[in-house]
Amino acid sequence: MSPTNPIPAFDLKEKTYLDSNELIINMGPQHPATHGVLRVILKLDGEKVLGLECVIGYLHRGVEKIAENRTYAMFNPYVDRMDYVAAVSNGLGYCEAVEKLLHTEAPPRAKYIRVILTELNRIASHQLWLGTHALDIGALTPLFYTFRDREEILKIYEKYCGARLTTHAFRIGGLQYEAYDGFQKEVKAFCDFFEPKIDEYEELLTTNRIWIDRTRGVGTISAKDCIALGVTGPVLRASGVKWDLRKAQPYCGYQEFDFEIPTGENGDTYDRYLVRMAEMRQSLRILRQAVDRVPDGPIMAKIPKVLKPPSGEVYHSIEAPKGELGYFIVSDGSTQPYRIRVRPPSFVNLQALELMVRGQLVADVIAVIGTLDIVLGEIDR
Amino acid sequence: MPEESNPGVPPQPEAAKPAETAPAEETKPAVTPLSAEVKAAPPPAAAPAVPAKPATPPAASPAAPKPAVSPKPATPAPAPWDSELVTRLKAHYGSAIQEALTYAGQNYFVVEKGIVRELLERLRDDDKFDYCVDVTAVHYPKREKAFDLIYVLYSFPNNVRIRIKTQVADGEKVPSVVALWPTANWLEREVYDMFGIQFEGHPDLKRILMPDGWKGFPLRKDYGITQQDKEWVQINVGIESAQ
Repeated sequence: MSPTNPIPAFDLKEKTYLDSNELIINMGPQHPATHGVLRVILKLDGEKVLGLECVIGYLHRGVEKIAENRTYAMFNPYVDRMDYVAAVSNGLGYCEAVEKLLHTEAPPRAKYIRVILTELNRIASHQLWLGTHALDIGALTPLFYTFRDREEILKIYEKYCGARLTTHAFRIGGLQYEAYDGFQKEVKAFCDFFEPKIDEYEELLTTNRIWIDRTRGVGTISAKDCIALGVTGPVLRASGVKWDLRKAQPYCGYQEFDFEIPTGENGDTYDRYLVRMAEMRQSLRILRQAVDRVPDGPIMAKIPKVLKPPSGEVYHSIEAPKGELGYFIVSDGSTQPYRIRVRPPSFVNLQALELMVRGQLVADVIAVIGTLDIVLGEIDR
Repeated sequence: MPEESNPGVPPQPEAAKPAETAPAEETKPAVTPLSAEVKAAPPPAAAPAVPAKPATPPAASPAAPKPAVSPKPATPAPAPWDSELVTRLKAHYGSAIQEALTYAGQNYFVVEKGIVRELLERLRDDDKFDYCVDVTAVHYPKREKAFDLIYVLYSFPNNVRIRIKTQVADGEKVPSVVALWPTANWLEREVYDMFGIQFEGHPDLKRILMPDGWKGFPLRKDYGITQQDKEWVQINVGIESAQ
């Protein structure tokens, strides 16, 4: 392929230009389109991907080890730093898992505020995904649109708990902060503000010829493969499986809300895009119901100041924006967890990358990494 | 109301009781690995109980990390789990199914290592546990069989989740389940990477999060929180120590 290596004329009879050159190229870990420090080793035949291998661990901080050396409450802020674009969801999963271990539950008011903040987070996560995914494929504009609108969510977070990204919004047993004055009104205003914005995004992309050409039929994965590979979240739903933990095994009072699970048919990048757009609308629907019905009452359950869950183990999982986020916690009855295992959705979903791009073009690898919506902080932990 | 029960968090601006700042500091000594000695404040969450605490942490004995019994009177314990699935599997495997328990509404089996692979295949095919959620391990260094290996399974058709738990000794090999669920590939690699448990029949068992040449298995209990493979760091990063 390189000009210094011209192919001798006699070779051409037996071999074509392409199959004489299998090319191994390295993508990342420093690459703008890998969404962090993901390294992918690609084996190419011309522009066709023959196979690939993901190399991960560049962001490994040993979160699970740290957990064993912290108290339950002290580990809480660490979970925000795994999937840092969906910190609130991470916190929800962790707090609920520890509450389960403590055999307690957050009071209803806390649950409603948790749902509101988590659904806002789902929207924020999908906005960030949309902006960067479109940017990878070559559409620059959506990035500015989504970041402009995501700002409104971050403002609500900042007003609520003082932080925008790694929020540490929840405490084990409920919430630390009461909702500020006008919280519900602002969330409602955001819903009204954001609904037409989704149309705006869709106007840019849904019927855009280039967008369709770059996404339809790209990175197709069947429902069967998704299940075998443990892929969850929007990727699974875009392949036609109507499964969402908020419905299948409701937690945090999600059974009280009326919403639908959007699904796709073809399991390609375009369907995953449509599913996530529809999910943002469903999140707005949940938000609208939640802000109207936030009950009064305490925001913190009666839990001891020093948390010592009885010996035992629980696995608790939630529907994070990226899929099933699970916490497996083993308590030995002391103040510190004996073991915390995090089952991150991105880690498992990334495993499907090879299947999804094999036989496709190298440019599609970028599109598929984007559509899987991975966060390396969560994969490497 | 919130200030009554916040473990180790900074005081809330509008309700800053003077007593609130104290517990935030008191809980800190617990950072030292496995010091379970901060026993001063038992369940009846009463803020005034706090001042008694500072005396206890320095008295922490270096050994004896795990208190065998919790001081609470009625400790919730795993209860036997009865279901059609349990009776059927027990009839088939007999004593190889050591326990079938339920805790906090979650069901799990404790089984002998020898039947794990066969049992998982049976669960996948006959009981439609088509989704392997997670494979993970826990290290108990003082036990004869040092590791708990845990499989979390979920059934899409039945919307049921169970866990299979088995004990594995250090150095013992476990049959891989990659052929049953391809998702186990990376999950088993991570267990190997962190605990050093070998999976027999795994297509590509190598480290996944730690660098390839790293020595030691970080999530074992005898691996210190600041421990590192100094040689690796010096050769590959070119610095004396990463700490």
